[in-house]
Amino acid sequence: MSKYFLAETVALFGSVLIAASGAALAQDAGEYTPPRTPDGQPDLQGFWTNATYTPLERPEGVTSAVYTEEELAARLNAAFTNESAQTEPGTIPDVHYDFTQFGLDRSQNTFAYDLRTSLIVDPADGRLPPMTEEGIARNAAMEAARGGRWDSAEDNQLDDRCIIMRGAGPPMMDSGYNSNYQIVQTPGYVMILVEMIHDVRMIPLDGRPPPHENVRQWMGVPRGRWEGDTLVVESTNFNGKNPFRGSSENMRVTERFTRVADDTIIYRFTIDDPSTWDRPWTGETQLKATIGPLFEHACHEGNYGLYNTLVGARLEERQAAEAEAAVEDQQADETSQQ
Amino acid sequence: MADKKRSGVGSFVSALVGTLIALYLYDMVFRQELATGPESGPESAAAPRTAAGHPDFNGIWQALNNAHWDVEAHGAAPGHVRELGALSAVPPGLGVVDGGTIPYRPEALEQRQENFANRLTLDPVVTCYLPGVPRATYMPFPFQIVQSEDYIMMVHGYAGAVRTIYMDDRMDAPAESWMGWSNGRWDGDTLVVDTAGFNGRTWFDRAGNFHSDALHVVERFTWRSPETLNYEVTIEDPNVFTRPWSMSMPLYRRVEPNAEVLEFRCVEFVEDLMYGDLRKEPE
Repeated sequence: MSKYFLAETVALFGSVLIAASGAALAQDAGEYTPPRTPDGQPDLQGFWTNATYTPLERPEGVTSAVYTEEELAARLNAAFTNESAQTEPGTIPDVHYDFTQFGLDRSQNTFAYDLRTSLIVDPADGRLPPMTEEGIARNAAMEAARGGRWDSAEDNQLDDRCIIMRGAGPPMMDSGYNSNYQIVQTPGYVMILVEMIHDVRMIPLDGRPPPHENVRQWMGVPRGRWEGDTLVVESTNFNGKNPFRGSSENMRVTERFTRVADDTIIYRFTIDDPSTWDRPWTGETQLKATIGPLFEHACHEGNYGLYNTLVGARLEERQAAEAEAAVEDQQADETSQQ
Repeated sequence: MADKKRSGVGSFVSALVGTLIALYLYDMVFRQELATGPESGPESAAAPRTAAGHPDFNGIWQALNNAHWDVEAHGAAPGHVRELGALSAVPPGLGVVDGGTIPYRPEALEQRQENFANRLTLDPVVTCYLPGVPRATYMPFPFQIVQSEDYIMMVHGYAGAVRTIYMDDRMDAPAESWMGWSNGRWDGDTLVVDTAGFNGRTWFDRAGNFHSDALHVVERFTWRSPETLNYEVTIEDPNVFTRPWSMSMPLYRRVEPNAEVLEFRCVEFVEDLMYGDLRKEPE
């Protein structure tokens, strides 16, 4: 299928979704009543994706909250081309990371078509609020404490280490590829399975308080409740080792899942972290219905990349040291001959 | 005096009534126990039900035995990490293998002994790899069952291991994996889970008991009491065993009101072990 055809199809589809201009997605819950689970919860179950081409922050130089259809089509075509052409056919990198061949580039899958120029809806400029002095100092200290990326496994990025990826959140962000989720509900719980990298968010709905502050988790600890037909999830108890745009362990994330159509859940998230930003800020995106099943993403078990890059970095260091020693030897020889 | 006597009669009557109530309750409980025992068959109708009428297995469950050390019967034994002392010593276990012994083919038994001798380096769980099935079920971590009509999820605390049991869109494993591909069905009140498509890299326990990628696991979950399930699992793998064999054990509900499956994201705990010798030398 031609990507132009795809772009036109989603453009047509998307124009129905974006009912009003402005930064927020249309959320007229009055026109749609979500189906119910047997115990009466609004039914969010199914397979969903939050793949999107909309950046969290409004790009520099863009002043409008929304693109025109023409502007977005041009940007999407550029993005599709870029993702498809990321490796040169026939090369080793191409075999290794050919997203196009394996259908991992977003243009081949369902994605959340969105005319908006940023996911952030508050502040109104679509940009993160200014970081506090404390936040700037903390992030600078973390950066300074980190060695070079290839100095050790611990110095590398969390995703390259297969510890956690940004799809898990919260907030749950497009993970670049495999941005897929499965929601299963049962009385008292909503479970979200995150394909990247087999993370599960188990959200109790019984009103229990968060655990003791000593219990710190990568994904925080979620507590859910229904407000009308909207699932509201508040997460606290983060361990601070997986900062979201520089956030701290004191972050509180409030997510709101509202099913507005059979194939769409509006996903709104508010980040409240006084240790990092003077004011809370809010983003909004969509979960679009996609097809299952999800597959086991055993990232750590197959992490040859981390091992090989560390081996390669040590080899390069050794070769550089040997080359340096050879030059010194040669200089010493020349000196002794003189 | 009269008051005291009346009081004495009253006490006697109270005691008699109390005894009768106790006997009645005991009888009820006893009948209840009989009705909910593993062999009770159709009388297990006392199980809580989902809206669709199936037994409700929602909850947080955990095995309470030492099968995760060794599924076969074993005595206490010293550990193999000197610094850990008694902490790494092996607690004894009566074994969960029906008939007592795993029917290994001769060459496979040699491999098991080899695995055992080198378990510190060969056990895939040492490096925080996904544990496979059925090992995940009886590791010393709780797991949560999330039961809907079409999907039953088993969410483990260890390493974010998760299983999706396909009750509706059942299919053959589309690819090999660590946790296998699980299709489920109801056999009366028993949840039967059929799992295959394994990659052959997981073990059954810390003692080197193993299988190949031909592993086929059939698990049976049956309601036993409000706080217990019966778990029976049949193992089939002609590459490794001379015949199918089975294990059985109860699973216990974590009844704490605040019970919760917490993250045990162990990758960061094994990075020094796995990659420490590739650290950049201090300059």
